Parts: sequence; structure tokens; C-alpha cells
Amino acid sequence: MSAHAAEAADLIDHGHAGDDGHGHDELVENNYMKVPNVKLAIWTFLGSECMFFGSLIATYFFYLDKSIGGLLPKEVFSIGITSISTFILLTSSFTMAMAVDTAKSGLMSKSRNWLLITALCGATFVGFQVYEFWHFVHLGLTLQTSLFGSTFYVMTGFHGAHVSVGVIWLLMVAKLVHSGKIPAERAVFVESAGLYWHFVDIVWIVIFTFVYLLEFAK
Amino acid sequence: MSAKLHDIEALQAPEPHMHYERPGKTGLMDWLTTVDHKKVGVVYWAAGAFFLLVGGLEALLFRIQLAVPDNDFMGGETFNGLVTMHATTMVFLAIMPMTAGFANFLVPLLIGARDVAFPRLNAWSLWTFLGGALVINASFLFGGPPAAGWTGYAPLTGPEFGGTGIDFWWSGLALLSASSMAASINFIVTILNMRAPGMTLLRVPVLGWMMLVIQFLLALSFPPVTVGLILLGFDRMFGTTFYNVSMGGDPQLWQHLFWLFGHPEVYVLILPAMGIVSEILPVFARRPLFGQTAVIFSGIFIGFVGFGVWAHHMFTAGMGPVADAAFAATTAIIAIPTGVKIFNWLGTLWGGKMTYPTPMLFAIAFIPIFTLGGLSGLMHAAAPLDLQQHDSYFVVAHFHYVLVGGALLGLFAGTYFYFPKVTGRMMSDGLGKAHFWLFLIGMNITFFPQHMLGNEGMPRRIYTYPADAQWDLYNMLGTIGVIIMTVAMLIFVYNVIVSVKKGAIAGRDPWDAATLEWLTESPPKVQNFDFTPIVLSERPVWDHKYTEGMEIIAPEKGESFHMPSYSWKPMISSGFVLMLIIGILLNTFMPGNWLWIVAALAAVGVVGSVWAWVSEPV
Ligand code: HEM
Ligand SMILES: [Cu+2]
Repeated sequence: MSAHAAEAADLIDHGHAGDDGHGHDELVENNYMKVPNVKLAIWTFLGSECMFFGSLIATYFFYLDKSIGGLLPKEVFSIGITSISTFILLTSSFTMAMAVDTAKSGLMSKSRNWLLITALCGATFVGFQVYEFWHFVHLGLTLQTSLFGSTFYVMTGFHGAHVSVGVIWLLMVAKLVHSGKIPAERAVFVESAGLYWHFVDIVWIVIFTFVYLLEFAK
Repeated sequence: MSAKLHDIEALQAPEPHMHYERPGKTGLMDWLTTVDHKKVGVVYWAAGAFFLLVGGLEALLFRIQLAVPDNDFMGGETFNGLVTMHATTMVFLAIMPMTAGFANFLVPLLIGARDVAFPRLNAWSLWTFLGGALVINASFLFGGPPAAGWTGYAPLTGPEFGGTGIDFWWSGLALLSASSMAASINFIVTILNMRAPGMTLLRVPVLGWMMLVIQFLLALSFPPVTVGLILLGFDRMFGTTFYNVSMGGDPQLWQHLFWLFGHPEVYVLILPAMGIVSEILPVFARRPLFGQTAVIFSGIFIGFVGFGVWAHHMFTAGMGPVADAAFAATTAIIAIPTGVKIFNWLGTLWGGKMTYPTPMLFAIAFIPIFTLGGLSGLMHAAAPLDLQQHDSYFVVAHFHYVLVGGALLGLFAGTYFYFPKVTGRMMSDGLGKAHFWLFLIGMNITFFPQHMLGNEGMPRRIYTYPADAQWDLYNMLGTIGVIIMTVAMLIFVYNVIVSVKKGAIAGRDPWDAATLEWLTESPPKVQNFDFTPIVLSERPVWDHKYTEGMEIIAPEKGESFHMPSYSWKPMISSGFVLMLIIGILLNTFMPGNWLWIVAALAAVGVVGSVWAWVSEPV
């Protein structure tokens, strides 16, 4: 057998040809990268998101200490309160990991519960952020006040929007798990939501460390 | 060249069993609810071609204004609007969508797949793109077009100077950006994960590779400009201070965010054309592409370095000598992989048994014309020289050589080459050649003299010039060239329309080509391939025909597979995203709570339609 014929025979043997995917949007998934389509898509999306938040955070630092007038970060930040909301968000990464883990082991109703707890933590975090914004506005820092006001609200606001999207996403996944549309074999859909959730969490850790904590280390 | 061992037409497989969740549709419904990558591709291409004509018309108008000195055919404001819309249209609504047309139609065929990874998301990208195109052009009807240049420099776009057109511009671009990012994710997954068995990465055709590289460029370069656009929108809607100098804002922030996107973007425009040329030259020179791997790797290298050169557009912005020197150096480096490709193409032609049908003419012309544009680019890579050339017609000449002489010639080549695959019919070669020669002559008459104009000091974006500047001749030539190109384009449009109906019937493989797309019928069936081909080289169809022991073998039993069903969800959810933009535009004309009401409804609509989307059977 020539080398080519051998290669062809090998490919046919391994059942590569004619694989019909697993319903939903995946067609023929030859799975070259050893990663399911959805998961690869989420990874790519997160790469894109890195550039998005990278640009927002870079803008914040580009304008740091360049405000003309207006309140300064140190005059509005309350590390205590933000630490609590940060802690809640971090906890949600743990509960998310549990949701993925249980889904992979086929414990679907447990997974659904973990998803709901995660969504609840996320919603609480957003609630804290709404309070924080409200509080800052009352102190006198608005979107229009200064470069600090503009950059701070837009950067953290877009992060909050991402958390909110994540909460909706988790609720949808929880519903699909509950109705049996995401069975154990499709745990990758839970896992994908998890990837996004952890990413949003990491972005917050970056913001909390460099925007909030560093302000007090100076 | 040896005789054919096997014929592609003779390769028949038993009828496959296809499984759909929902029944088929016909007529208009078929197009509105389609998730077929081929139909999506055709709509992208047609929309791109349409906007190519619109952008051309805009150029024709402002070239009439510039034909003679001290002309009063139009005023400065109209001129600025037309130039801005011309460039925005050509980049985002003509070249990118035509490229997307090729990507959609061809990528699954090139890699032996039945569709893209996420067919409904693909349709969503299409509708969102059309929404963005609509929004940008709607500015003509409501308050006039944007007039700040396609680069939208702050503070020209700010609340103080930018008219209502800017709101259409930034929000329309934001839609296009969402569309491109979704598409890029889709195609990265498709090319990486859905290749036919045996198609290792290095067996992916060069065109497939270039499409892969540009998806990474899109995925990573659109976010910065999206942030830039959002900040602009916030400045205009809510009075934030991002680009407001009196509040300490720095207009250079926009320039960085824009060019961090803008330079990768120029490679998004050119790499697919390079891919097309790399597919066509070997077919009509009857030789494999010289150094295929080098062509692929230089494309990847261009993609990487393309992210490190953006500030060569800002040499005059006062970044300081260190930054200027660094960006001059990276810019010079990027010319190296470009040169590598040029030598590969020449090496392919060297000693080939050449024939010259229309696609080959365009592909050959691409090489020297694009090279001229590359050379002028290399000249203003030198920061001190660029201080002289920046914002002059020399730069205008540069980017028209690379965009018209490069990207557009490549897309024309691809159109003539793949037309038979898409429609099942050939385009007229005679009319094609008329189009080719007129267009080539017209573009050189218009753009070559602009090098001289630039060196003589004519700035870009001025709506008229005095007679004693002595720029008359070159400007008159510019206008004459545009008229010649217009005639060429009319011939092209006529050719496309007539050939769709009356062109000679093309078989599966009219050009005796080498890659998998020519294995399918013309036009390909919904499922593309009746059986999953097994790929053993980078030239599977060529080897089937000409290499002993390498034929593609059809299975004895019909394959069964699942095909994606028709769906309204992509269009509906894209419509709700468009609704958000409409809220923003309402805010421009009727400030108040409109924005929040419409935005809230749109958000509910998006969530609802996404829920419907994920719950429907595919
Ligand atoms: C050898 C490769 C290239 C080099 C070294 C190069 C270099 C440059 C430089 C330094 C500028 C800034 C000039 C100025 O504003 O003063 C420029 C402008 C430009 N280039 Fe290139 N370029 C190259 C290839 C390309 C390609 C392939 C494209 C598009 C397909 C392109 C499109 C443009 C455009 C659109 C502008 C003008 C943007 C504007 O200000 O409106 N270039 N190029
Ligand atoms: Cu550039």
C-alpha cells in the first residue's frame, strides 16, 4: 500500500467521514482542534473581549490623573463595600465551577441549582454596582464631571453590562438544563457559559486591583 | 502536462440522506430565512457590488468638482460629505462585503465542509451588516451625510463640529463591527474545526489561509475601534469628556484606537485578494504555486506585525522621536513578507504554460500595480519623508494603488474565476477583457498623477484649488480616468447581469483547477458534497485528475447527515439590535427619554429572540 492509500484507509477507519455532528448549530464537526465548536467559539470571543476591555482599561490609565477639577478616585472609592461585592463575584466563580462539574458528571438538577446560585451572585454584584454609581453621583461625580468620571463609569459600566448579560445567559442555560434540552452529553454548553463567566470575573479582578487598590497603595 | 486520468464530472456518488428539522422554503422566503452559506455569500457579494457602484458615483461627483480649478460645482460641505461617504462606503460596504461574499461562499467548499460552524449566526452577521449599511446611508435623507473624513478624527466628530451625520456614521459602524466580530468567530471555528478528513492545516488552500488570518485580524482589531466609537457616542449623547480638549481630553486617543484597528483593517482588505490571486495564477500557469508554504507563512507574519505598525499614520501627530523610529522600523519590516509573496507569484509564472482568460489578466495585473502601492507605502514608512507626504495626494495615490490596484483587482479576478461555480455559467470573456483594459487604464490615469500632485504639495480633502497652483493637468487627468473606470464598471455590471441568464454553461471544473470547490456541482447543491471527500494533498482535485493512485473515491453507500434548517431568528434578533441604533438616532433629533424607552424595548426584544433562537430545533 502506498503512503497515500494508507493515509486514506486510516482516515476512513477512524470514522471521520460522514460524522453528523450533534444537532444544533454544529454540522460536521471533525474536531480538528480537539475542542468542540461552541467552546472554540467562546475562546475566540474571549480573545476579542480581551481587546475590548484592554482598550477600555487602557483609556482609563491614559487619562489617569489628567482630570481637570472634579472628585478624585480616593475621594469616592469605598474599598470596604467594593471588597464585599468583589468577594461575592469571586464566590460565583466557585459556584460556576461546581455547575460545570456536576453537569459533566450528569447531575443535571444539581447543576441547575449551582447555575441559579451563580446567577444570584452575579445579580447581587450588579446591585452593588448600581448602589455604588448612585452613591458616587450623589457625592458629585457624574459622567460629565471630569475625565475620571467619564472613564470610570464607562469602563465599570461596560463590565457591569457584561455581568448582566452573563446573568441572563446563566438563567437561560439553567432553564435549558431544567427542561432537559441540555443533558449531560451537552454539558459543553454549561462549560461555555462558565468560560464567559470566569472571564468576566477575571476582568473585574484586574479592575479592582489596578483601579481601586492601587489608588490606595500610591 | 500529462493527460487526464480521471474526469471530475464522472465522479458520482449515491444520493445522500439529508435530515432537516423544518421543511424547505422557496422564493423570497428562501432568501430571508436562509442559513445556507452560499446564499449568504451571494447576498454579501451583491450588496458589496451595489455599494461599489454607489461609492463610485460619489467619487465621480467629487472628481467633477476637482476637474478644473476654482470650480463651484459643489460647496465644501457637500464635498466633505461625499469624500467621507466614498471612503466609508468603499472600505466597509464594498470591499469588505465582497470579500465576505467570497469567504462565505468559498470557505466551506475550500475545506470540504457542508456549511459554516454556526449557520444561523452567519445569517445574523449578514442582516446586521445590511442594517449598518442602511443606517450609514440613511444619513443622506436625514440631516446630511457625515463629513469628518472616513478616519473620523476628533474633534471634527465631536458634539461641537460634527453634524447629525456623525451619529449615523458611528452607530452604523458599530453595527458593522458587531457583524464582523460575529462572522470572524464563526469562520475561525469553521476553518479550524470543520476541515474534511485529511486536510491538515498546511493542506488548506492559500485562499482559505488568508481568510483565516483576516478573521483573527477582525476579531482582535475591531474591539479597539468599537471602544473608540462608543466613547465618541457617549461624548455626543451624554456629554462625556473623552475627546473634549477643554476638559483635558486628548484627540490622539481616538487616533490610537482608530489606527490600532485601521492598519490591521488594510490587511483585511488586501489578504483575501492575495489569496484569490494565489489560487488563480497556478491554474492558468499550469504549475503549482511556487513556495505555497512561504506564501502562507508570510501571510501569518503580516497578520502579526500588522498589529505593531498603526502609529505610522500618526508621524505628524507629535508622538516624539522614539515612537516615530519604532513605528518606522516595524513598518519597514512588514514590507518583507509582502515582498516574499510577490516573488512567489513571479516564481509561479516563471516557465508556466500560460493562458490569459479574464481572471488571469486581473490576477497578473494585480502583481505590478499592487507592488507600486507597496513601494509608495514603504516610502512614507520613513518618518521624515512622511512629514512631507502626510495628508497630501501622495498618500491618496498610495492607498488607491493598494486598494483599487490591489484589493479590487483581486476581487474582480475572483469574480470572473468563481462566477461559474456560483451561477453555473461563464461570464463573457470578451466583455471581461474590455472591462479589464478600460479599468486598468482608467485607474492608472487617475491615480498615477496623484503621486506627482502630492509631491507638488496638493493636500488631500480640499474641495477646490486656485488656478495658479498649476495642478490643473493632473486633476483633469484624474477626472478623465474616473470616467473611463465608470464605463468599465458599466460593462462589468452588464456582463454580470447577462451572464447569470445567458452565459455558457459551466461544468463542475471549467478551469481545470486544483482545489476541492471544483469537485462540487456548479452551482453546488445545498449539501455541497454528496460525500465527505478525503484529502491527501494540497491539490486534491488536481491529483484526482492527473496523479496515479491519488484519485478521490466515492463511497458505495449514500451518506446520511444533518443539515441546518431555515430560520427567521437571525433576522429578528438582528432587527432588535438595529432598533437600539434607531433609538440612538431618535435621540439625535428628539433628545429626551426616547432613547431609554426604545433601548429598553430593544433589549427585551434581543433577549426574547435569543431565547427563541436557542430553543428552536435546528
Ligand atoms: C508595503 C506595505 C505598506 C506600507 C509600508 C504602508 C505604509 C503606509 C503609511 C506609512 C501610511 C501613512 C501615510 C500618511 O498618512 O502619511 C499609509 C497610509 C495608508 N495605507 Fe498603506 N502601507 C502599506 C500597504 C498598504 C495596503 C496593503 C493597504 C490596503 C490594502 C494600505 C492602505 C493604506 C491606507 C488606506 C492609507 C491611508 C489612510 C488614511 O489616512 O486615510 N497600505 N500606508
Ligand atoms: Cu497603515
